[in-house]
Amino acid sequence: MHFGPHLLLAALEGLVTSAVLALTALGLSLVFGVMRVVNVAHGEFFMLGAVLAWAVSTAISGHPAVGFVAALVIAPLLVGLVALVAERLVLRRLNYNPEGTIVATIGMLYIIQQLALTFYGPEARPVEPPFSYRILLPWFGYSGYKLSVVAASAVLLVITWLVLTRTRIGLIMRATQYDRETAQAFGIPVERVYAGVFAVGAMLAAIAAVLIVPISQAHYLMGQDPLLLSFIVVIIGGLGSLRGTVVAAILIGLSDGIISMFFSPTLAKIIATLVVAMVLVFRPQGLFGATSR
Amino acid sequence: MRDASPAKTYALHIGVIALLFALNLVLPDYHQSLFARIMALAVFAMGYNLLFGYVGLLSLGHAMFFSAGLYGAGLTVYHLGWGVPEAFVAGVACGALLALVIGLLALRTSGVAFMIVTMMFAQVFYLLILYFAAWTGGDQGLVIQQASRVIAIGGASFDLTDPTVRYMSALALFSIILLVTLAVVRSRFGRVLVAIRENEERTKMLGYNTVANKLAAVVAAGAICAASGAAYALLFGYVGSGFASVQYSILPLLWVLLGGAATTLGPLIGTLFMYYVTDITSGFTSAYLLIVGVALILLVLFFPKGILGSIRERWLRWLP
Repeated sequence: MHFGPHLLLAALEGLVTSAVLALTALGLSLVFGVMRVVNVAHGEFFMLGAVLAWAVSTAISGHPAVGFVAALVIAPLLVGLVALVAERLVLRRLNYNPEGTIVATIGMLYIIQQLALTFYGPEARPVEPPFSYRILLPWFGYSGYKLSVVAASAVLLVITWLVLTRTRIGLIMRATQYDRETAQAFGIPVERVYAGVFAVGAMLAAIAAVLIVPISQAHYLMGQDPLLLSFIVVIIGGLGSLRGTVVAAILIGLSDGIISMFFSPTLAKIIATLVVAMVLVFRPQGLFGATSR
Repeated sequence: MRDASPAKTYALHIGVIALLFALNLVLPDYHQSLFARIMALAVFAMGYNLLFGYVGLLSLGHAMFFSAGLYGAGLTVYHLGWGVPEAFVAGVACGALLALVIGLLALRTSGVAFMIVTMMFAQVFYLLILYFAAWTGGDQGLVIQQASRVIAIGGASFDLTDPTVRYMSALALFSIILLVTLAVVRSRFGRVLVAIRENEERTKMLGYNTVANKLAAVVAAGAICAASGAAYALLFGYVGSGFASVQYSILPLLWVLLGGAATTLGPLIGTLFMYYVTDITSGFTSAYLLIVGVALILLVLFFPKGILGSIRERWLRWLP
């Protein structure tokens, strides 16, 4: 294969990574933006989504599409429920103290990971894609499912954007993000907003995981890379900025796909992590200038 | 913090050291080895506590300083054939140097950004160890042979693989670092660090250079953590990338929180307690991480001050 098609393939793979990453990072960004909570367990919600997707799709017999659609509905709802319980039992009692919540979410990370290992096991298990149509390009065939992941992610991002900017719920969320106390004074049920945002953030990660699991299999340690990459995306995009998050996700996903096709993946990760750490040190507001309040 | 009874404080610390010394004579083999490990790792926790407890800087990347000491000592012995004392110094120097560089960069940030930056630098360090697997042994690690873990002083030679020598070496390091921490905490420098934790702006306004003081604390903590890592490599003869993983950045946080942040003896108590909880529960469950997770959440919810912190609050106001 020549360089051009090779690059195209790398870019397509990168685009799929970007799509999933954008959803995951959006969840992290919402939680941080509105609640000022750094959710270290975010990657585990992602993993939980994938593992539950496997469980649901194997429990339902028949055409793989039926199981997949069921997983796409049930897995995020269950993950949202877990997040809601965690928020009620732990984060609220800590009064959303930034350092306390970091320690607590580290604890959640370990608990979820260990429970997944105990009940799901150390194996990586695949989920059958709902359809297996191949798009034939002049140089190679490409999985139609992967492209539909990109489309689904784009649709979800647009919906989130519309909800945030055009609806009353979005207005309430933005008001809470802007100033918690004033929002409360205006009768906004801040605690319910927080609980909802935490659950929605976890659900976004779970949806991303269900979308990716037919491509990359479910494994109990699969939450680590998305967590780190989401941090990177959220930092580069500017904390709490939706547009920045999407742009950064595309940037990181594409460069990750292209760099790791031509160089060692470890080296790619080292460079990316170092660059982001430096961005955070020298430009804490992110590359896209959205000021974090 | 200003206690009227320095004699009581020193008596307590010397007493703990004497107790640990006496335990060597009565502990069965298995527990003797476990205690040596706990004391070496308690040094790691003490280094972490200096930064987290006294300066109030929550780092999620201290595994890199521990493993800088671990590899600084381990690799010089393994590849260059250095003696034990030189290798130990090399390990501490690596940690201090790394801490200086990381401190200069990471201290430009604060709060949540500081945690994420330190975590990322630690991740880079971890990946570098994997990337240079040809020298570091990657995730397989390297085993340091018994022959290169012997200290020869004059005519006498001490074999670090001998349980008693190992216990005594760990105790010596632990005691030195404990007394150093105690001295630091009681010094002017230590009080400035606590002042920074309580109110950095006000400390700055009083004319203290807070950045320089914080940097000094980062380097001191890094050197102590590296000393723990170097000792671990030389005493237990194994270096591996697992010690650089994020889990080893979380563990000292857990130990310090459990024992009591900003108490000199808290790190030892936290490490001891956690090791024995793991040891006892591993008899009937392999879910080690579950215990760590539950412990972290319970601690932060109900005992944010830790064991010694709560004791100090209730009964012993003079505890340092």
